[in-house]
Amino acid sequence: MRAIEYRSLTKHYKGSTLPSVDHVSATVDEGEFITILGSSGCGKTTLLKMTNRLIEPTEGQVVLFGEDISTVDEVVVRRRMGYVIQQVGLFPHMTIEDNIAVIPKVLKWDKERIDARVDELLEMVGLEPKEFRDRYPAQLSGGQQQRIGLARALVTDPKIMLLDEPFGAIDAITRLNLQNELKRLHDGTKKTFLFVTHDINEAFKLGNRVMIMNEGKLLQFDAPAEIVRNPADDFVNTLISSAREQEQFWKALEL
Amino acid sequence: MWNDLAGYLQDNWQDILVQLQDHLLISLCALVVACLIGIPLGYFASKSDKSERLLTVPFQMLRVVPSLAILVLLIPIMGTGVLPAVVALTILAVPPVLLNTIAGFRQVPDFMTECGRGIGLTERQVLWKVRVPLALPLIFAGVRTALVEVIASATLAAKIGAGGLGEIVFTGLGLNRADLLVIGGVLIALLSLGCGFLFDLMTGYVLRYKKAVA
Repeated sequence: MRAIEYRSLTKHYKGSTLPSVDHVSATVDEGEFITILGSSGCGKTTLLKMTNRLIEPTEGQVVLFGEDISTVDEVVVRRRMGYVIQQVGLFPHMTIEDNIAVIPKVLKWDKERIDARVDELLEMVGLEPKEFRDRYPAQLSGGQQQRIGLARALVTDPKIMLLDEPFGAIDAITRLNLQNELKRLHDGTKKTFLFVTHDINEAFKLGNRVMIMNEGKLLQFDAPAEIVRNPADDFVNTLISSAREQEQFWKALEL
Repeated sequence: MWNDLAGYLQDNWQDILVQLQDHLLISLCALVVACLIGIPLGYFASKSDKSERLLTVPFQMLRVVPSLAILVLLIPIMGTGVLPAVVALTILAVPPVLLNTIAGFRQVPDFMTECGRGIGLTERQVLWKVRVPLALPLIFAGVRTALVEVIASATLAAKIGAGGLGEIVFTGLGLNRADLLVIGGVLIALLSLGCGFLFDLMTGYVLRYKKAVA
């Protein structure tokens, strides 16, 4: 089943000479873990936000499970998807439980169902429900907060998860753990993940396919091994060799 | 002096209670009206720089006029009594509420509102569940400033026959009696402190998440 289809998707802000996203066409199958890799300003976040209508395209369409989302109410579109951002965006005035239950409460789930779901999700992201549900976000570490961010995004069991550099502000060791857990979480479901990052290691480790973007254009969209074997152009080549250079650096330290 | 004070309090406690009540009533009326005007206006003003200037400038200018002058100026229009006093105090109380409401909504980070929308809240739900609660600490700070200003300035209301603890002060001034000035002054100060304390209790409860730290 085809989960996401971008049809010549373009976003051109008024006053800027180049489009932020330039005629991107791509299809993603259900259950894939797609990472979108690029440096800041390359249009990767704009592409992601057009997927849940936080940004409206200037041209082209986003089709989710066969449905052009410009024909669907934007709130309905967003509730079908999980959304996680780098700043986490937990609401500081709500307890962890209330943060996770924001949308279920809006949807008027009954109390037992909400309680059960919150407990289930807290366990899924590795936080003891009894200990954490009544705390406030300020009482959690950055890594724990982003676990709650994930739990909140998963609460309605959406088919598509949009993740915008979710581990960008998290220390290296915690990030590694979270990456592994996210991968495990994805493998246990049929959900489609779109994961934006500027970290090539993260992109190639997590994605079964990687979109490489530069200056609004989708340069290459392929499996990591395929990209390494056949880089589409100079930019992709430079990207890979820069990662290799890092590797050399570590090797040199070991000698 | 102490005997004078004790004697006055003993003889006039019933009057003082009425004056206290009037003082409180005038102040709270002005404060509530100022909130009803200042908070919605501040919300709309926070939407753009232009609307902010349009709404803050006139209130800032009004603020420059001394409260006593506003009171006296209102007499030819509204006569004397409670109503002009409440109007004058409201004019005094709106600017801090308005300005803090604008600042409160302005400092809500864009990523928070966008995140609210991103997880599937409607614009209205983003307003009530995210933006208002996050603006609330600053709005409360503005209301508290207004509260203190209003209670202090309500003293002047006695000048135009609206009652309140100002009556004791102005009587003291007129009769050149220091004991009355002290009683009036101290009662007003206590009222202001007491109201401030109750307000802090209330906001501390509403904003209890701020006290939660790891």
